[in-house]
Amino acid sequence: MKIEVLGMGCANCNKLYRNALDAVKMSGKEIEVTKVEDIKKIMSYGVLSTPALVIDGVVKVAGKVPKAEDIKEWIKQQGGNAA
Amino acid sequence: MTEKCLCEPNEIIIFSCAGSSNVGQIANQAAIKLAQSGVGRYFCLAGIGGHVSGMIESTKAGKMLIAIDGCPVACAKKTLEHAGFLVQEHVQTADLLGVEKDHQFNLDVADVGRVSDHVASLVSRRKGI
Repeated sequence: MKIEVLGMGCANCNKLYRNALDAVKMSGKEIEVTKVEDIKKIMSYGVLSTPALVIDGVVKVAGKVPKAEDIKEWIKQQGGNAA
Repeated sequence: MTEKCLCEPNEIIIFSCAGSSNVGQIANQAAIKLAQSGVGRYFCLAGIGGHVSGMIESTKAGKMLIAIDGCPVACAKKTLEHAGFLVQEHVQTADLLGVEKDHQFNLDVADVGRVSDHVASLVSRRKGI
């Protein structure tokens, strides 16, 4: 599983990145979390509002900062590998 | 040209007809004019129809959705509703302008201005300006 946090470095983008890291920690799974700050790459997902969270290529949320608990639930639904 | 940061909220999102007729092209041009004048953000209707996750999620973050259709078939409005979105303002250029739909694509620039002015006034009314 791969999680990408899309955003150009604003406060909300950084908050979402931290929430994603917390969610991964809570899930106990081994998941790569990366920041995507290049606007061309961000727009290649069709995202027009940031921050956005992408799990395995699917945009789960855009223009909002979901809680770590919500991200953890998406990880669970997606079935990430156990650490 | 560099794209500005996408972290500013897109409160007003505009979708327009795909534009395969004169009235559809008027809808399209009006949406562009509204976006250029800062009334709202022009989003891609095809992305909604194609269920592109980034487009769908970005649209969910909007506070007011505007659909500008060319004719009574209302594809823009129906596409948004089919994806589960509620359209707050719907404008139909053929009705609004009294222009008959054809496929010659000969547009009157003044008609584009009339549609964009009308949509801008609807937005102002909703905002209480």
